[in-house]
Amino acid sequence: MDLDALAGCLASSACLVTQTTSGLIIGMLLFLVAVGLTLIFGVLKVVNFSHGAFYMFGAYFAMTAYQLTGSFALAMLAGAAGTAILGLIFERVFMSRVYGADVLMQLLVCYAFVLIFDDVVRIIWGPEFKAMGMPSAFQVMPLFIAGGVVPPYYLLLIGVALVAAIVLGIGLSRSRIGKVIRAAANNPGMVSALGINTGLIYGGVFALGGMLAGLAGALAAPVRSLTPGMGFSVLIESFIVTVIGGMGSILGALIGALLLGLIRSFGSLGFPLFTEGLMYLFMVIVLVSKPTGLFGKEAA
Amino acid sequence: MTELEAGRAQTLVPARGGTALRRYRDVLIALIAFAVLASLPLFTGSKALLDFVIRCSAYGLFATSLNLLVGYTGLTSFGHGMFFGLGAYSFGLIMQKLGVPIPIAFVATLAITAMVAAVIGAICVRLKEIYFAFVTLAFQMLIHSTILSWASFTGGDQGLRGGIPRPAFLGIDLSNHVHLYVTSCALLILGLLAMRQIAQSPFGYTLRMIRDNAARASFLGIDVWRAKLTVFVLAALFASMGGMVMALFVSGAYPEFAYWTISGEAIFINMLGGVSTFLGPMVGTVLLLLLNDTVTRFTEYHGIVLGVVILFFALGLRKGLLDFVAEWYAYRRDAGEGR
Repeated sequence: MDLDALAGCLASSACLVTQTTSGLIIGMLLFLVAVGLTLIFGVLKVVNFSHGAFYMFGAYFAMTAYQLTGSFALAMLAGAAGTAILGLIFERVFMSRVYGADVLMQLLVCYAFVLIFDDVVRIIWGPEFKAMGMPSAFQVMPLFIAGGVVPPYYLLLIGVALVAAIVLGIGLSRSRIGKVIRAAANNPGMVSALGINTGLIYGGVFALGGMLAGLAGALAAPVRSLTPGMGFSVLIESFIVTVIGGMGSILGALIGALLLGLIRSFGSLGFPLFTEGLMYLFMVIVLVSKPTGLFGKEAA
Repeated sequence: MTELEAGRAQTLVPARGGTALRRYRDVLIALIAFAVLASLPLFTGSKALLDFVIRCSAYGLFATSLNLLVGYTGLTSFGHGMFFGLGAYSFGLIMQKLGVPIPIAFVATLAITAMVAAVIGAICVRLKEIYFAFVTLAFQMLIHSTILSWASFTGGDQGLRGGIPRPAFLGIDLSNHVHLYVTSCALLILGLLAMRQIAQSPFGYTLRMIRDNAARASFLGIDVWRAKLTVFVLAALFASMGGMVMALFVSGAYPEFAYWTISGEAIFINMLGGVSTFLGPMVGTVLLLLLNDTVTRFTEYHGIVLGVVILFFALGLRKGLLDFVAEWYAYRRDAGEGR
């Protein structure tokens, strides 16, 4: 424990800004992964245990596209679109067979794919650590805000995630497709009876979730190292996020992700070895006091 | 109702008249199984085979104890591995730091496990399905992080090194490979027998009733929370026993023993073997360990092979191997009776 370091940081504005931004980017990346997870759970009633694999594929797709074309925008697009297609195929071919089956069965299918996808990445890209490198457009002087150092790329990252959150929130509550999705979450039988192809909705939601995770992976690729199995810790953390925020709630995912990001960045100062433990402790405390999560609806 | 639930419902047959006979039948089977296993070293000198059985004992106890929760009570725990790790670490630390005789360390570890499980269980068992799964997972990771960060006491990510002292007691010398083997087998058989007794007792049938309809059980005056907590602690004890066998076998304890993957493996073992029969997890254990050993020998990409096998079970059979065999047997018998 190093509480002096934590207190010292809280007293200095420079350190406060640096830690807060690093907490925010951790939180925003987590949000993109977690919101897909929570969306898939809300509509399909499936806990996608293989969601971390989409984050991993997003990062690898982006790296390959960046190496081939040298364009950062194309890299992001490749990460997002590639995982969306992957998600659609995964859902239609495999997951759709275990809807309504025992939770354990769904988990097993996902567990199988976690193992398979990690090995596929190992075969295609090799087992060693990879780095995409920061695109040249962002290799500029970092900004100084109140004495704290903030790389411009961090701002882009936070901006993109925020836009995604707003588009998703408004899209789901206002647009026609959003309403159909929410209706399908409530009563798929009735939606299907009204002549809407629920299979397509399910596949679409899964693809959307996969795309968001892939986008998070692509955004993370310049700042994190790429390795097979990189999706796993992200998966566990985004589970914590969805559970803290409440399964199926987008706002909950956002708040939960930001809280967790801040806990991580400030916790690493005060409790360098117990940072992970802090997150689990926080989850336990939230769940014990409010079992459905901060923004979860009461279980039916 | 899913197929799995349908299969479960069939197992709820009221105990027939010959319960006493059945109890002796279980003891008899256990004795025969122990005699067969214990006489194995007389026929073969293969250390690899004996090692395999020891590992099966450790994982078998652990996986079967999970089935008490998953299969019998319907509590899908994702963090059951914490008690496996806790058992291994408590036992190893007690032996290293205090140097007491092995049986005392054994009992002390069970006592520690019971206390920890009672606290964690009291918090967890009132939660519903998916939340129960995640909170148990969180507790598991909490214990894992504690082991990693408390390096001065637990050895951190290096694990508990330096070997666990294994002083002889009652003429049993666990540093002798054959003695260790026979002791592991004895613990396995005793543990399985005890769990079988729990599963077949009135308490075991109460658990099945809670699984199938908790509300009705509660109307009938059963304290559901207390019954769930009791089975949670009992299952933890057997998982801890498995952890101790593992610690004795590798003469140490490693953070991986408390990592979530060990819980994932136990769940997988249960699905592989089947949760509707008592011995399903044991069959699953042998299958998974065999699979792991053979696959790692032939390819470094064992994730793919393992994944495909899991898919075959999950999407193809849609049930565990022993579930499949049991249903096939029941089908054949019914056909034979001309129904």
